[in-house]
Amino acid sequence: MDFDFLGETFVRLLSGIPLTLELAFSSVGLGIVLAVALALMLRARFLPLGWFADAFVFVFRGTPLLVQLFLIYYGLGQFRPELQEMGLWWFFRAPYYCALLALTLNTAAYGAEIVRGGLQSVPAGQIEAARAFGMSGFTLYRRIVAPIALRQALPAYGNEIILMIKATSLASTITIMEVTGLAHKLISETFRSFEVFFAAGAIYLIVNFAVTRLIWLAEHRIAPDLTLAERTAELH
Amino acid sequence: MPAKSFLELMQWGPQGWLDEMFFATGLTLAVAVTGFLFGLAFGTIAAIAKLSRWRPAELAADGYTTVLRGVPDLLVIYLFYFGGSSITTSIGHMFGATGFVGLPGFFVGTLAIGIVSGAYQTEVIRGAFLAVPPGEIDAARAFGMSGLGLLRRIIGPQVLRYGLPGMGNIWQLVLKESALVAVVGLSLTLPELRLGDLVVFYETRFSDLLRQAHVAAGSTRQPFVFYITAVAFYLVLTTGSTWLFRRAEAWATRGMRRV
Repeated sequence: MDFDFLGETFVRLLSGIPLTLELAFSSVGLGIVLAVALALMLRARFLPLGWFADAFVFVFRGTPLLVQLFLIYYGLGQFRPELQEMGLWWFFRAPYYCALLALTLNTAAYGAEIVRGGLQSVPAGQIEAARAFGMSGFTLYRRIVAPIALRQALPAYGNEIILMIKATSLASTITIMEVTGLAHKLISETFRSFEVFFAAGAIYLIVNFAVTRLIWLAEHRIAPDLTLAERTAELH
Repeated sequence: MPAKSFLELMQWGPQGWLDEMFFATGLTLAVAVTGFLFGLAFGTIAAIAKLSRWRPAELAADGYTTVLRGVPDLLVIYLFYFGGSSITTSIGHMFGATGFVGLPGFFVGTLAIGIVSGAYQTEVIRGAFLAVPPGEIDAARAFGMSGLGLLRRIIGPQVLRYGLPGMGNIWQLVLKESALVAVVGLSLTLPELRLGDLVVFYETRFSDLLRQAHVAAGSTRQPFVFYITAVAFYLVLTTGSTWLFRRAEAWATRGMRRV
């Protein structure tokens, strides 16, 4: 193992981190909005909405992300004239937007299940009590349902964020030069796959560790009673 | 030449691509099953190491699961694909071979998938083992069972029972992860296959489902048709195996008291 080369590679790969994080966080951010919408559709009384959300979740969870990415980036190229006419071609021509779209739709499908689980965990008694106090609609969601559901969903969503950071590596297959893209380029230039793997792997482990800690902090912030419970557990 | 219709493209035989897509689905399934079995082997070893209470083994297994679950699968596939052949080439040179010594792509790809899925399977196997009530093991020992008998009669069936749902989830992951081998162009060459008088296929090189869709898309310039077909085939694989795992769970938990 050549340590000079390892260090050099590490520094060169660092320049890919902003793109990796940008893709991961924008797709998770946009994905959460979509996930909440899908989860609400799954509960909607108007059945076709629920069917649509069901089908969406089924397709995006049942197929590989790489296939979804290729379908959007290469597949939609078949409709280039139509997309040009609609003025959408600039979007589907760009690998970055296609990667962002594929990642967003994918995480939205997994997120919808997490949000649904969170919503289901809200005890019916709490909602009844809130209604007895005269709360309804948006206020009920904002004050009672959302805080409880959020606490329940956050740990699972933390896992999803880590999975998405790893999933951004697939964007390298459509020419996005994030950490894995740079690593692949370096491997094919130098044929030193071990050093490059160790450097890139270390970067992902460090990033994932940092993100895990941040999520852990957020969990304790929004669930102070959880911290209290753990504190008392420690006392005993 | 006017574009072919969907049904023309998806014919069985030399005119269409249905047979290619069908066999490619078979290869994808083969890659996933082999990768999963490699993973079962690695996962079992790592789970035993974690349960062993021997510090070095525990640390090694912890390192294995932490790294392999924290790093993108694609990176691991690159490492095996490019790194594997550089190792075999240097080993080959030690024994006097010259030039490039490669490994069969199928072996390298499935091994990479196995290493990754093994890291996930470790936790499932460990959890399932810990779920076996210790009293049952004590009871079996009191009956004079030990070693293999204990493993086969008491521990094995229960680990299977508790571990199946988790294994089902990992199988789904592996099935989807197997698409990544398309990036390095994994393929498998098989000799002619005959069933009686029927020639099922002549000596052919098989690609996995995604790779095959990519090739067909390039050759017909109808990418959407082939990627959406790949989506449909993957959905058949994932839904079919979800159903199978549900059946297996029902079988493994038969006779169990349900609350």
